Amino acid sequence: MNAFAAILARDLRLSWRQGGASLLTVGFFLVTAALFPLGIGPERDVLARIAPGVMWVTALLSALLFLDRMFQADAEDGTLDQLALAPLPLELTVLAKAGAHWLSAALPLVIASPAIALLFDLGAAAVPVLALSLAIGTPALSLFGAVGAALTVGVRRGGALVSLLVLPLTVPALIFGAGAVEAASLGLDPQPHLLLQLGVSLFALALAPFAAAAGLRLALD
Amino acid sequence: MHFLANPGRFLRLSAAFRPWLAGLAAVAIAAGLYLGLFEAPPDYQQGDTVRIMFVHVPSAWLALSIYTAMTAFALMSLVWRHPVADLLAKACAPVGAAFTLTALATGSLWGKPMWGAWWVWDARLTSVLVLFFLYLGAIALRAAHDDPERGGKAAGILTLVGFVNVPIIKFSVDWWNTLHQPASVLKAGGPAIHASILTPLLVMALGFSLFAAWTVLVRAEAEIFGRRARVLELKRSADRP
Repeated sequence: MNAFAAILARDLRLSWRQGGASLLTVGFFLVTAALFPLGIGPERDVLARIAPGVMWVTALLSALLFLDRMFQADAEDGTLDQLALAPLPLELTVLAKAGAHWLSAALPLVIASPAIALLFDLGAAAVPVLALSLAIGTPALSLFGAVGAALTVGVRRGGALVSLLVLPLTVPALIFGAGAVEAASLGLDPQPHLLLQLGVSLFALALAPFAAAAGLRLALD
Repeated sequence: MHFLANPGRFLRLSAAFRPWLAGLAAVAIAAGLYLGLFEAPPDYQQGDTVRIMFVHVPSAWLALSIYTAMTAFALMSLVWRHPVADLLAKACAPVGAAFTLTALATGSLWGKPMWGAWWVWDARLTSVLVLFFLYLGAIALRAAHDDPERGGKAAGILTLVGFVNVPIIKFSVDWWNTLHQPASVLKAGGPAIHASILTPLLVMALGFSLFAAWTVLVRAEAEIFGRRARVLELKRSADRP
Protein backbone atom coordinates (compact mmCIF):
# COMPACT_ATOMS: atom_id res chain seq x y z
CA MET A 1 0.00 0.00 0.00
CA ASN A 2 3.01 2.22 0.61
CA ALA A 3 4.10 1.90 -3.00
CA PHE A 4 0.57 2.68 -4.13
CA ALA A 5 0.52 5.92 -2.11
CA ALA A 6 4.01 6.79 -3.33
CA ILE A 7 2.99 6.51 -7.01
CA LEU A 8 -0.16 8.51 -6.36
CA ALA A 9 1.77 11.25 -4.55
CA ARG A 10 4.51 11.33 -7.19
CA ASP A 11 2.03 11.73 -10.05
CA LEU A 12 0.16 14.46 -8.21
CA ARG A 13 3.39 16.31 -7.48
CA LEU A 14 4.50 16.00 -11.10
CA SER A 15 1.21 17.24 -12.48
CA TRP A 16 1.30 20.20 -10.09
CA ARG A 17 4.90 21.19 -10.73
CA GLN A 18 4.82 20.74 -14.51
CA GLY A 19 2.87 23.91 -15.17
CA GLY A 20 -0.10 23.17 -12.93
CA ALA A 21 -2.09 20.71 -15.03
CA SER A 22 -5.13 21.17 -12.78
CA LEU A 23 -5.31 24.92 -13.39
CA LEU A 24 -4.89 24.40 -17.12
CA THR A 25 -7.70 21.85 -17.13
CA VAL A 26 -10.03 24.15 -15.23
CA GLY A 27 -9.08 27.00 -17.55
CA PHE A 28 -9.86 24.86 -20.59
CA PHE A 29 -13.18 23.82 -19.02
CA LEU A 30 -14.15 27.46 -18.37
CA VAL A 31 -13.10 28.75 -21.80
CA THR A 32 -14.83 25.93 -23.69
CA ALA A 33 -18.03 26.27 -21.68
CA ALA A 34 -17.97 30.05 -22.21
CA LEU A 35 -17.71 29.56 -25.98
CA PHE A 36 -21.17 27.95 -26.16
CA PRO A 37 -23.19 31.07 -25.20
CA LEU A 38 -21.11 33.05 -27.71
CA GLY A 39 -21.86 30.55 -30.47
CA ILE A 40 -25.51 29.89 -29.64
CA GLY A 41 -26.69 33.30 -28.44
CA PRO A 42 -27.56 34.67 -25.03
CA GLU A 43 -31.19 33.41 -24.71
CA ARG A 44 -31.42 32.32 -21.11
CA ASP A 45 -33.93 29.51 -21.46
CA VAL A 46 -32.00 27.95 -24.37
CA LEU A 47 -28.77 28.04 -22.37
CA ALA A 48 -30.38 26.55 -19.26
CA ARG A 49 -31.83 23.81 -21.50
CA ILE A 50 -28.49 22.78 -23.04
CA ALA A 51 -26.37 23.42 -19.92
CA PRO A 52 -26.27 19.80 -18.59
CA GLY A 53 -25.03 18.41 -21.90
CA VAL A 54 -22.54 21.24 -22.43
CA MET A 55 -21.05 20.75 -18.95
CA TRP A 56 -20.67 17.04 -19.41
CA VAL A 57 -19.16 17.26 -22.88
CA THR A 58 -16.70 19.97 -21.85
CA ALA A 59 -15.76 17.98 -18.73
CA LEU A 60 -15.12 14.96 -20.95
CA LEU A 61 -12.90 16.95 -23.30
CA SER A 62 -11.00 18.60 -20.42
CA ALA A 63 -10.32 15.21 -18.85
CA LEU A 64 -8.89 14.03 -22.18
CA LEU A 65 -6.34 16.87 -22.29
CA PHE A 66 -3.51 15.23 -20.37
CA LEU A 67 -4.60 11.65 -20.84
CA ASP A 68 -2.01 10.71 -23.44
CA ARG A 69 0.74 11.75 -21.02
CA MET A 70 -0.46 9.35 -18.30
CA PHE A 71 2.01 6.63 -19.30
CA GLN A 72 3.83 8.16 -22.26
CA ALA A 73 6.22 10.36 -20.24
CA ASP A 74 7.09 7.42 -17.96
CA ALA A 75 7.64 5.15 -20.94
CA GLU A 76 10.00 7.66 -22.55
CA ASP A 77 12.34 8.08 -19.56
CA GLY A 78 12.28 4.45 -18.46
CA THR A 79 10.24 4.91 -15.29
CA LEU A 80 7.61 2.57 -16.64
CA ASP A 81 10.10 -0.30 -16.82
CA GLN A 82 11.01 0.33 -13.17
CA LEU A 83 7.33 0.41 -12.19
CA ALA A 84 6.76 -2.88 -14.00
CA LEU A 85 9.69 -4.47 -12.12
CA ALA A 86 8.45 -3.21 -8.75
CA PRO A 87 6.65 -5.71 -6.46
CA LEU A 88 3.41 -3.74 -6.72
CA PRO A 89 1.15 -5.44 -9.30
CA LEU A 90 0.88 -3.45 -12.50
CA GLU A 91 -2.90 -3.34 -12.08
CA LEU A 92 -2.51 -1.35 -8.83
CA THR A 93 0.05 0.92 -10.46
CA VAL A 94 -2.53 1.67 -13.14
CA LEU A 95 -5.12 2.32 -10.45
CA ALA A 96 -2.78 4.74 -8.65
CA LYS A 97 -2.05 6.62 -11.85
CA ALA A 98 -5.72 6.76 -12.82
CA GLY A 99 -6.47 8.01 -9.30
CA ALA A 100 -3.84 10.73 -9.65
CA HIS A 101 -5.34 11.68 -13.01
CA TRP A 102 -8.78 11.92 -11.43
CA LEU A 103 -7.52 14.02 -8.50
CA SER A 104 -5.56 16.40 -10.71
CA ALA A 105 -7.83 16.67 -13.75
CA ALA A 106 -11.38 15.75 -12.72
CA LEU A 107 -11.76 16.85 -9.10
CA PRO A 108 -10.99 20.51 -9.97
CA LEU A 109 -13.80 20.32 -12.56
CA VAL A 110 -16.20 19.07 -9.91
CA ILE A 111 -15.24 22.04 -7.72
CA ALA A 112 -15.45 24.53 -10.59
CA SER A 113 -18.76 23.23 -11.96
CA PRO A 114 -21.09 25.34 -9.73
CA ALA A 115 -19.44 28.51 -11.05
CA ILE A 116 -20.09 27.47 -14.64
CA ALA A 117 -23.61 26.39 -13.74
CA LEU A 118 -24.23 29.98 -12.66
CA LEU A 119 -23.02 31.25 -16.05
CA PHE A 120 -25.62 29.05 -17.71
CA ASP A 121 -28.35 30.05 -15.28
CA LEU A 122 -28.94 26.45 -14.24
CA GLY A 123 -31.60 26.16 -11.54
CA ALA A 124 -30.54 26.02 -7.89
CA ALA A 125 -31.81 22.42 -7.57
CA ALA A 126 -29.63 21.21 -10.45
CA VAL A 127 -26.30 22.70 -9.32
CA PRO A 128 -25.51 20.18 -6.54
CA VAL A 129 -26.74 17.34 -8.78
CA LEU A 130 -24.33 18.49 -11.50
CA ALA A 131 -21.39 18.47 -9.09
CA LEU A 132 -22.46 15.11 -7.69
CA SER A 133 -22.91 13.51 -11.12
CA LEU A 134 -19.50 14.80 -12.18
CA ALA A 135 -17.98 13.40 -8.99
CA ILE A 136 -19.60 9.99 -9.53
CA GLY A 137 -19.14 9.78 -13.29
CA THR A 138 -15.65 11.15 -13.95
CA PRO A 139 -13.82 8.17 -12.35
CA ALA A 140 -15.11 6.15 -15.32
CA LEU A 141 -13.46 8.70 -17.64
CA SER A 142 -10.11 8.43 -15.84
CA LEU A 143 -10.29 4.63 -15.79
CA PHE A 144 -11.32 4.10 -19.41
CA GLY A 145 -8.83 6.85 -20.24
CA ALA A 146 -6.10 4.78 -18.59
CA VAL A 147 -6.99 1.89 -20.92
CA GLY A 148 -6.71 4.16 -23.96
CA ALA A 149 -3.48 5.71 -22.71
CA ALA A 150 -1.94 2.28 -21.97
CA LEU A 151 -2.87 0.92 -25.39
CA THR A 152 -1.27 3.86 -27.19
CA VAL A 153 2.05 3.93 -25.31
CA GLY A 154 4.77 4.04 -27.92
CA VAL A 155 2.36 4.77 -30.77
CA ARG A 156 3.01 7.75 -33.03
CA ARG A 157 0.25 10.41 -32.90
CA GLY A 158 -1.07 8.63 -29.81
CA GLY A 159 -2.87 11.73 -28.53
CA ALA A 160 -5.40 11.87 -31.36
CA LEU A 161 -5.87 8.11 -31.25
CA VAL A 162 -6.65 8.16 -27.51
CA SER A 163 -9.67 10.38 -28.17
CA LEU A 164 -11.04 7.99 -30.79
CA LEU A 165 -10.57 5.00 -28.47
CA VAL A 166 -11.83 6.55 -25.23
CA LEU A 167 -14.77 8.73 -26.25
CA PRO A 168 -17.06 5.86 -27.41
CA LEU A 169 -16.45 4.07 -24.10
CA THR A 170 -17.49 7.14 -22.11
CA VAL A 171 -20.88 7.53 -23.81
CA PRO A 172 -22.85 5.77 -21.02
CA ALA A 173 -21.32 8.04 -18.35
CA LEU A 174 -22.19 11.07 -20.48
CA ILE A 175 -25.80 9.96 -21.08
CA PHE A 176 -26.59 9.19 -17.44
CA GLY A 177 -24.72 12.27 -16.18
CA ALA A 178 -26.54 14.67 -18.45
CA GLY A 179 -29.77 12.78 -17.71
CA ALA A 180 -29.38 13.26 -13.96
CA VAL A 181 -28.84 17.02 -14.26
CA GLU A 182 -31.73 17.37 -16.68
CA ALA A 183 -34.05 15.40 -14.38
CA ALA A 184 -33.07 17.64 -11.46
CA SER A 185 -33.65 20.86 -13.42
CA LEU A 186 -37.10 19.59 -14.47
CA GLY A 187 -37.92 18.87 -10.83
CA LEU A 188 -37.73 15.07 -11.18
CA ASP A 189 -35.81 12.62 -9.05
CA PRO A 190 -32.22 12.29 -10.37
CA GLN A 191 -31.43 9.26 -8.22
CA PRO A 192 -31.95 6.50 -10.86
CA HIS A 193 -29.56 8.23 -13.26
CA LEU A 194 -26.98 8.72 -10.53
CA LEU A 195 -27.20 5.07 -9.51
CA LEU A 196 -26.75 3.91 -13.10
CA GLN A 197 -23.79 6.26 -13.38
CA LEU A 198 -22.30 4.81 -10.23
CA GLY A 199 -22.76 1.38 -11.81
CA VAL A 200 -20.82 2.49 -14.90
CA SER A 201 -17.99 3.81 -12.72
CA LEU A 202 -17.83 0.68 -10.59
CA PHE A 203 -17.81 -1.46 -13.70
CA ALA A 204 -14.91 0.60 -15.08
CA LEU A 205 -13.14 0.20 -11.75
CA ALA A 206 -13.45 -3.59 -12.00
CA LEU A 207 -12.46 -3.88 -15.66
CA ALA A 208 -10.13 -1.05 -16.61
CA PRO A 209 -7.07 -1.76 -14.40
CA PHE A 210 -6.71 -5.24 -15.90
CA ALA A 211 -7.14 -4.06 -19.48
CA ALA A 212 -4.74 -1.14 -18.99
CA ALA A 213 -2.14 -3.36 -17.29
CA ALA A 214 -2.38 -5.83 -20.21
CA GLY A 215 -1.82 -2.91 -22.58
CA LEU A 216 1.23 -1.74 -20.62
CA ARG A 217 2.76 -5.24 -20.57
CA LEU A 218 2.31 -5.30 -24.31
CA ALA A 219 4.17 -2.01 -24.69
CA LEU A 220 6.98 -3.15 -22.40
CA ASP A 221 7.98 -6.46 -23.96
CA MET B 1 -9.10 -25.03 -32.37
CA HIS B 2 -5.41 -25.88 -32.24
CA PHE B 3 -5.89 -27.88 -35.41
CA LEU B 4 -6.35 -24.59 -37.24
CA ALA B 5 -3.39 -22.84 -35.65
CA ASN B 6 -1.29 -23.86 -38.63
CA PRO B 7 -1.82 -21.21 -41.34
CA GLY B 8 -1.19 -23.75 -44.13
CA ARG B 9 -3.91 -26.03 -42.80
CA PHE B 10 -6.23 -23.07 -42.37
CA LEU B 11 -5.59 -22.05 -46.00
CA ARG B 12 -6.47 -25.53 -47.30
CA LEU B 13 -9.65 -25.71 -45.27
CA SER B 14 -10.63 -22.16 -46.13
CA ALA B 15 -10.06 -22.79 -49.84
CA ALA B 16 -12.37 -25.82 -49.62
CA PHE B 17 -15.16 -23.87 -47.87
CA ARG B 18 -14.88 -20.60 -49.74
CA PRO B 19 -16.59 -21.52 -53.07
CA TRP B 20 -19.54 -23.06 -51.20
CA LEU B 21 -19.96 -19.98 -49.04
CA ALA B 22 -19.82 -17.67 -52.06
CA GLY B 23 -22.24 -19.79 -54.10
CA LEU B 24 -24.79 -20.25 -51.32
CA ALA B 25 -24.54 -16.56 -50.37
CA ALA B 26 -25.28 -15.54 -53.97
CA VAL B 27 -28.25 -17.95 -54.18
CA ALA B 28 -29.67 -16.89 -50.80
CA ILE B 29 -29.29 -13.14 -51.46
CA ALA B 30 -30.84 -13.52 -54.95
CA ALA B 31 -33.74 -15.55 -53.54
CA GLY B 32 -34.15 -13.15 -50.62
CA LEU B 33 -34.21 -10.14 -52.92
CA TYR B 34 -36.81 -11.78 -55.19
CA LEU B 35 -38.98 -12.80 -52.23
CA GLY B 36 -38.57 -9.46 -50.51
CA LEU B 37 -39.12 -7.21 -53.52
CA PHE B 38 -41.81 -9.15 -55.43
CA GLU B 39 -43.44 -11.77 -53.23
CA ALA B 40 -43.76 -10.05 -49.85
CA PRO B 41 -46.88 -7.88 -49.59
CA PRO B 42 -46.48 -4.15 -48.92
CA ASP B 43 -47.18 -3.11 -45.34
CA TYR B 44 -50.66 -1.73 -44.73
CA GLN B 45 -49.22 1.34 -43.04
CA GLN B 46 -45.69 1.73 -44.38
CA GLY B 47 -46.34 0.67 -48.00
CA ASP B 48 -43.30 -0.36 -49.99
CA THR B 49 -40.80 1.32 -47.66
CA VAL B 50 -41.08 -1.71 -45.39
CA ARG B 51 -38.89 -3.55 -47.91
CA ILE B 52 -35.89 -1.56 -46.63
CA MET B 53 -36.15 -3.91 -43.66
CA PHE B 54 -34.82 -6.82 -45.72
CA VAL B 55 -31.44 -5.08 -45.93
CA HIS B 56 -31.56 -3.08 -42.70
CA VAL B 57 -32.33 -5.83 -40.19
CA PRO B 58 -29.80 -8.44 -41.45
CA SER B 59 -27.10 -5.72 -41.56
CA ALA B 60 -27.84 -4.74 -37.98
CA TRP B 61 -27.79 -8.37 -36.84
CA LEU B 62 -24.45 -8.87 -38.55
CA ALA B 63 -23.01 -5.66 -37.14
CA LEU B 64 -23.51 -7.14 -33.67
CA SER B 65 -22.66 -10.76 -34.44
CA ILE B 66 -19.45 -9.86 -36.29
CA TYR B 67 -18.35 -7.81 -33.28
CA THR B 68 -19.12 -10.82 -31.09
CA ALA B 69 -17.10 -13.06 -33.41
CA MET B 70 -14.27 -10.52 -33.41
CA THR B 71 -14.29 -10.56 -29.59
CA ALA B 72 -14.13 -14.37 -29.58
CA PHE B 73 -11.19 -14.30 -32.02
CA ALA B 74 -9.45 -11.60 -29.98
CA LEU B 75 -9.89 -13.69 -26.82
CA MET B 76 -8.52 -16.79 -28.57
CA SER B 77 -5.55 -14.84 -29.87
CA LEU B 78 -4.80 -13.21 -26.49
CA VAL B 79 -5.29 -16.29 -24.31
CA TRP B 80 -3.91 -19.08 -26.49
CA ARG B 81 -1.75 -16.91 -28.80
CA HIS B 82 -3.61 -18.48 -31.69
CA PRO B 83 -1.98 -17.00 -34.81
CA VAL B 84 -4.91 -17.50 -37.19
CA ALA B 85 -7.45 -16.10 -34.71
CA ASP B 86 -5.67 -12.74 -34.79
CA LEU B 87 -5.81 -12.71 -38.59
CA LEU B 88 -9.54 -13.47 -38.43
CA ALA B 89 -10.08 -10.71 -35.85
CA LYS B 90 -8.27 -8.31 -38.15
CA ALA B 91 -10.37 -9.47 -41.11
CA CYS B 92 -13.61 -9.04 -39.13
CA ALA B 93 -13.13 -5.35 -38.30
CA PRO B 94 -13.64 -3.71 -41.73
CA VAL B 95 -16.43 -6.15 -42.65
CA GLY B 96 -18.28 -5.43 -39.41
CA ALA B 97 -17.76 -1.69 -39.82
CA ALA B 98 -19.21 -1.91 -43.34
CA PHE B 99 -22.33 -3.74 -42.11
CA THR B 100 -22.73 -1.23 -39.27
CA LEU B 101 -22.54 1.62 -41.76
CA THR B 102 -25.08 -0.18 -43.99
CA ALA B 103 -27.44 -0.60 -41.04
CA LEU B 104 -27.10 3.08 -40.14
CA ALA B 105 -27.52 4.26 -43.75
CA THR B 106 -30.56 2.08 -44.51
CA GLY B 107 -32.04 2.98 -41.14
CA SER B 108 -31.63 6.62 -42.07
CA LEU B 109 -33.36 6.07 -45.43
CA TRP B 110 -36.18 4.26 -43.64
CA GLY B 111 -36.43 6.86 -40.90
CA LYS B 112 -36.95 9.78 -43.28
CA PRO B 113 -40.39 8.67 -44.59
CA MET B 114 -41.47 7.00 -41.31
CA TRP B 115 -40.26 9.33 -38.57
CA GLY B 116 -39.82 12.44 -40.75
CA ALA B 117 -36.11 12.76 -39.98
CA TRP B 118 -32.91 11.22 -41.34
CA TRP B 119 -31.56 10.79 -37.85
CA VAL B 120 -33.07 10.78 -34.37
CA TRP B 121 -30.99 10.56 -31.21
CA ASP B 122 -32.63 7.55 -29.69
CA ALA B 123 -30.92 4.82 -27.70
CA ARG B 124 -30.64 2.22 -30.45
CA LEU B 125 -29.28 4.62 -33.08
CA THR B 126 -26.79 6.18 -30.70
CA SER B 127 -25.48 2.86 -29.46
CA VAL B 128 -25.08 1.52 -33.01
CA LEU B 129 -23.16 4.68 -33.87
CA VAL B 130 -20.93 3.97 -30.86
CA LEU B 131 -20.45 0.44 -32.20
CA PHE B 132 -19.28 1.97 -35.49
CA PHE B 133 -16.72 4.10 -33.62
CA LEU B 134 -15.54 1.01 -31.72
CA TYR B 135 -14.87 -0.74 -35.03
CA LEU B 136 -13.02 2.35 -36.29
CA GLY B 137 -11.00 2.52 -33.06
CA ALA B 138 -9.93 -1.13 -33.38
CA ILE B 139 -8.90 -0.59 -37.02
CA ALA B 140 -7.02 2.64 -36.22
CA LEU B 141 -5.22 1.19 -33.20
CA ARG B 142 -4.06 -1.80 -35.23
CA ALA B 143 -2.90 0.43 -38.06
CA ALA B 144 -0.99 2.75 -35.69
CA HIS B 145 1.43 0.00 -34.65
CA ASP B 146 4.39 -0.87 -36.89
CA ASP B 147 4.70 -4.38 -35.47
CA PRO B 148 1.63 -6.35 -36.66
CA GLU B 149 1.73 -8.72 -33.68
CA ARG B 150 1.75 -5.90 -31.14
CA GLY B 151 -0.95 -4.03 -33.04
CA GLY B 152 -3.09 -7.14 -33.06
CA LYS B 153 -2.82 -7.58 -29.30
CA ALA B 154 -3.60 -3.91 -28.61
CA ALA B 155 -6.64 -4.06 -30.89
CA GLY B 156 -7.67 -7.31 -29.18
CA ILE B 157 -7.64 -5.73 -25.71
CA LEU B 158 -9.65 -2.78 -27.00
CA THR B 159 -12.15 -5.16 -28.65
CA LEU B 160 -12.66 -7.01 -25.37
CA VAL B 161 -13.23 -3.76 -23.45
CA GLY B 162 -15.63 -2.49 -26.10
CA PHE B 163 -17.67 -5.72 -26.03
CA VAL B 164 -19.49 -4.27 -23.01
CA ASN B 165 -21.49 -2.24 -25.48
CA VAL B 166 -22.95 -5.20 -27.36
CA PRO B 167 -25.55 -6.21 -24.75
CA ILE B 168 -26.35 -2.52 -24.24
CA ILE B 169 -27.15 -2.23 -27.95
CA LYS B 170 -29.13 -5.46 -28.06
CA PHE B 171 -31.36 -4.52 -25.16
CA SER B 172 -31.41 -0.72 -25.56
CA VAL B 173 -34.84 -0.76 -27.21
CA ASP B 174 -36.25 -2.87 -24.38
CA TRP B 175 -34.74 -0.84 -21.55
CA TRP B 176 -35.49 2.59 -22.91
CA ASN B 177 -38.83 3.27 -24.48
CA THR B 178 -37.73 4.96 -27.69
CA LEU B 179 -38.79 5.60 -31.26
CA HIS B 180 -37.07 2.49 -32.59
CA GLN B 181 -39.38 -0.51 -32.39
CA PRO B 182 -38.50 -3.36 -30.03
CA ALA B 183 -37.18 -6.68 -31.30
CA SER B 184 -39.90 -8.50 -33.25
CA VAL B 185 -38.19 -11.68 -34.47
CA LEU B 186 -36.06 -13.01 -31.64
CA LYS B 187 -38.35 -12.68 -28.64
CA ALA B 188 -40.17 -14.83 -26.16
CA GLY B 189 -43.43 -16.25 -27.48
CA GLY B 190 -42.34 -16.46 -31.10
CA PRO B 191 -41.85 -13.85 -33.80
CA ALA B 192 -44.43 -11.09 -34.17
CA ILE B 193 -44.08 -10.99 -37.95
CA HIS B 194 -46.21 -12.74 -40.54
CA ALA B 195 -44.52 -15.60 -42.43
CA SER B 196 -44.78 -13.77 -45.78
CA ILE B 197 -42.35 -11.16 -44.45
CA LEU B 198 -40.39 -13.34 -42.06
CA THR B 199 -39.30 -15.84 -44.75
CA PRO B 200 -37.55 -13.32 -47.04
CA LEU B 201 -36.02 -11.68 -43.96
CA LEU B 202 -34.50 -14.93 -42.74
CA VAL B 203 -33.33 -15.88 -46.25
CA MET B 204 -31.63 -12.48 -46.57
CA ALA B 205 -30.07 -12.86 -43.12
CA LEU B 206 -28.68 -16.26 -44.13
CA GLY B 207 -27.31 -14.83 -47.38
CA PHE B 208 -25.71 -11.86 -45.60
CA SER B 209 -24.11 -14.13 -42.97
CA LEU B 210 -22.65 -16.42 -45.63
CA PHE B 211 -21.39 -13.40 -47.55
CA ALA B 212 -19.78 -12.00 -44.37
CA ALA B 213 -18.10 -15.36 -43.63
CA TRP B 214 -16.83 -15.51 -47.21
CA THR B 215 -15.41 -11.98 -47.08
CA VAL B 216 -13.71 -12.62 -43.74
CA LEU B 217 -12.10 -15.82 -45.08
CA VAL B 218 -10.89 -14.05 -48.23
CA ARG B 219 -9.43 -11.20 -46.16
CA ALA B 220 -7.70 -13.62 -43.75
CA GLU B 221 -6.22 -15.60 -46.67
CA ALA B 222 -5.01 -12.40 -48.31
CA GLU B 223 -3.38 -11.41 -45.00
CA ILE B 224 -1.52 -14.74 -44.81
CA PHE B 225 -0.32 -14.40 -48.39
CA GLY B 226 0.65 -10.78 -47.71
CA ARG B 227 2.77 -11.79 -44.72
CA ARG B 228 4.41 -14.57 -46.71
CA ALA B 229 5.21 -12.14 -49.49
CA ARG B 230 6.75 -9.75 -46.96
CA VAL B 231 8.96 -12.51 -45.55
CA LEU B 232 10.12 -13.47 -49.07
CA GLU B 233 10.82 -9.82 -49.83
CA LEU B 234 12.92 -9.44 -46.67
CA LYS B 235 14.78 -12.65 -47.42
CA ARG B 236 15.55 -11.55 -50.96
CA SER B 237 16.85 -8.17 -49.86
CA ALA B 238 18.98 -9.90 -47.20
CA ASP B 239 20.43 -12.35 -49.71
CA ARG B 240 21.31 -9.59 -52.15
CA PRO B 241 25.06 -8.81 -51.94
